[in-house]
Order: sequence, then C-alpha cells, then structure tokens
Amino acid sequence: MTGRSEDQRGESGARLFGEPMNASELKLWFAQEVLPLEAALMQFLQHNWRNQSDIADLRQEVYVRVCEAAREAQPDNTKAFVFRTARNILINRVRREHVVPIEAVADVDALNLAADEPSPDRTVIARDELRRLQSALDRLPERCREAVILGRIEGLSGREIAERMGITESTVSIHLANGVRALVDAFFAPLADRRGKP
Amino acid sequence: MSNAGENIMPLGDAKEIEAAAADWFQRRRFWNWSEEDQTKLDSWLEESLAHRVAFWRLETGFEGTERLTALRHPHFGTVAEMPKGRWRPILFRTAAALIVMGAVGAFAFRYEEPAPVEKAYTTVVGATKEIKLADGTTIELNTNSKLRVSIGRHRRYVWLDRGEAYFQVAHDESRPFVVTVGKRRITDLGTKFLVRRGHEQVEIAVSQGRVRLEAADEAHTFAPVELIKGEVVVANDKQIVVKTKTPKKLADELGWRHGVLVFDHTTLADAAREFNRYNEGKLIIEDPEVAALTIDGTFRSNNVGLFARAAKDLLGLRIEVRGANTVIMR
Repeated sequence: MTGRSEDQRGESGARLFGEPMNASELKLWFAQEVLPLEAALMQFLQHNWRNQSDIADLRQEVYVRVCEAAREAQPDNTKAFVFRTARNILINRVRREHVVPIEAVADVDALNLAADEPSPDRTVIARDELRRLQSALDRLPERCREAVILGRIEGLSGREIAERMGITESTVSIHLANGVRALVDAFFAPLADRRGKP
Repeated sequence: MSNAGENIMPLGDAKEIEAAAADWFQRRRFWNWSEEDQTKLDSWLEESLAHRVAFWRLETGFEGTERLTALRHPHFGTVAEMPKGRWRPILFRTAAALIVMGAVGAFAFRYEEPAPVEKAYTTVVGATKEIKLADGTTIELNTNSKLRVSIGRHRRYVWLDRGEAYFQVAHDESRPFVVTVGKRRITDLGTKFLVRRGHEQVEIAVSQGRVRLEAADEAHTFAPVELIKGEVVVANDKQIVVKTKTPKKLADELGWRHGVLVFDHTTLADAAREFNRYNEGKLIIEDPEVAALTIDGTFRSNNVGLFARAAKDLLGLRIEVRGANTVIMR
C-alpha cells in the first residue's frame, strides 16, 4: 500500500491504491487502464499459447480475473497486474490440460513492465487507427458492411436500415452486432496486426 | 495479488458472451430503447462479471471508433472507399436531406431565439463565485474570470469570455446547455465539466457524463467530438488533443473549488503560473533550472508565502521579496 498523503485528498475519485472499488469506479478503471493494454495483452497471449482459437477465451478470463481482484482492492500497477494474471491463467491451464510445457510461458518479469507508465496522449487525429478501422470495415461481408455504414456513418436507426436494404429487422440486428464486434476488435488490435490492409 | 483462481473458466464461453453483449449493444445503440429494455439489459449485466466486462469492452471500443471517425473522416466509409457504385444514390440522397434540414434548422433557430436577456458575472483575481441558475444548474467561477448567461425557452447559452468555470448542469433534453468559448462550442449531454480558457488554448475536462465539442462559427469548422467522463481535451488553433486523466488528477484540478491548488510532481514554473492566476503579487522564477524543479503538496491558492517557504525548505532555495512580488532563486 502506498501512502502518499495527497492520495487521500479530494472530494471524489482520489483514493488510496488497495481500496475496493464500486461498480462505476471499476468500469472506469477497466475502460481507462485495462482496455488500452489489450493490444499488448493479445500479443502476449498469441505468443504464449499454441491454440489460437482459445485466445478470445483467455482474454476474457484475464479481464474477469483482474476485475474480480480490483473490486476487492485496486492494484497499484495495472499493467504488471494484468500480465501477471495472464501468465498465471496460462500456467494454470497448462497444468490442468497438459497442453504445452510450462517453459513456453514467458517470464512476465522479462516483459519489462514499467510501473505507472503514463498512457501516451492519444492524438485523436490518428491516421493509423483510422486506416485500421477502414480495413476492418472493408473486410466485413458486403451486406454487413452496408448495414454498419448506414447505421454508423449515415446515422440511420435499425428500422431505417431494414427499410433501406429491404431485409428483416432481425437480419439487420445480426449484421450490426457482427459489425460492432469487428470494429471494436480492430480498435483494440495491435498496430502490427493489419490483415488485409488496403 | 495474482490469483488466477483454482477454477478454470470453460473454453468457448467467451465468444457466446461476446455475441450476446454485441446484440445488447446494437439494440441499445440502433433501435428504440425502452425502460423495459434497460431493465432487461441490467439484469443480464448483473448475472456475471463476464457479461459486464464484455459489454464494457464493446461500449468503450465502439465509443472510441466513433470519436476517431467523428474527428477526421475524409474517406472513412464513404463512396471513394466503397467498390460498389450503388452507394452513390444513397449518399446523395442523405446529403440532400441534410442540406434541407440544415436550412430548416438555421431558420428555426433564428426564429425561436430572439436574444433573451443576458447576465454577466465576473470575478477579480483571487476570488471565486458560485452561480445558481433557476434551472438548477450550478456554475462555479474561478479567479479572474468572466461569464455571460442567457437562458432562453429553447436553449441555455453561456459564454466563457475569460478564465475558468466548473459546470454542474441540470440536464434538459428539450433545452440544450451550450457553452461557447471563443471559437469552440460545448454542448452538455448530461454532465459535470470544467472549462479553462487560456490565451491560446481551451481546456475542457469532463468529470461526469458526456459533452460534445464543436466549432462555434462556420469559419472554423471541424467535426464534433464527444468527450466522456475522465477525458480532457486541449484545443488550440491548430489541433485538438484528447487525453485521459485519472479521477485523482481531475479532482486535483478542481482543487480551486475549495480554495486550494494541488501539485503532484508539478514544476515550479507551472506552480508559479497557477499561483499567479490567483494573486496580484506574483511569484517570479527567473532561473530555468529552478523553474524545472518539481514539488508536491496542497496549498491555499492565496498563500504564496507558504508555498515559497515550502520551496525554500524542501528544495533548498532562497526567497527574495521585491515589492509585492516574491522571487524564488538558488
């Protein structure tokens, strides 16, 4: 527990590390401190786990575990905590399932996790990110892409999209759900990961 | 603290949960959304942390993509990028509709708003002022600031002409709350936010809810940006940068509401600049090496002397009083 006195000040938000978080604090912490690590986390998981179809499950397990723990006590170094949790999850699975030798799991301490590393300022005019989204959009199946563009860029409602495209509302729902997932995956993906870039 | 836990989660679950979360998300985002729907979503979220995590991830990521494309989208998802020619008519139709709506909007706007009465509030250096508006909105005005308020039947307008103000807006869908700061306009979407107007730049920090930032006049137009809780935007003539700040950092920046300045690894140069906003007697630091030293602590914004002594004791510096001003040196 770090005890810098100014951490205890302030009418809201300021608190000591190691204190429990309520639901909205947890959500904010997850969105602002954990999710920005997703690109690095995915690389870590992909690198250290043979079966790539498990990656989505592993990522989810990491997220659930760190949130469970943070609900009890906010970790003081989120990045180190996330990667340590990821490593432990991999090791646990290895032990249970005997799938890969333990040595295959990289040493987290070798990952060079700087404490309290400030997140880089995100200049929103970020061409790379935009290009990544564009290519994610391009990779969607045609009808799905059409629905997403009408909804996201033209600002139509689900019902209007159904009318415009002449398809049922439930089909529009499926297209939109798939499109949302693809765009969000692209948003969090590692920069190097640009399959099918234009 | 690293507890991967004894029970391993079943594989294959994540994709199902993600699909369900995406379905909830698109329903809320693109379709009519009733209170009953919200109740159902809430209980789905309540079911497990895995559900919440999946939903939060989509929410955060999708807001991210929206903000990104809202700012700069010369080609994103437009005709040029689409291989299919049949996009053109749709886009043209939409463009035409937008132009018509724009014209109607502008007309309605002029028609409905015959310039309601304006009221001005100012603070002198070192003072703060709390303004309670009839609609329930509270505005706290920081040192050396000027603000004008005009409450119309259809819109609530505020102009921050100088300085800094913290807004706790009573949200009213039918009566948007619009803050104009020079060339920028901020529209409240249910919120608490801080606006600081400097010489060359504007800083807006959202401590609760959401706001929309857009150009205030046609000559300096840019695509609107939506800011969420915890985000800070710094806008100057050339660019707009969005940063995230921790709740602690935001609370620190609002220290002035309680008459204090909070420094956390703050350089003496920045600390002096802050103090000088509140006091007629100025803190002067000429030596660039002294100016680059950092200091931590909470100080009353009107107590320059205490700060100078802290700098002296903690950093081994000297103080010299010159008239009303205080000089810190080696």
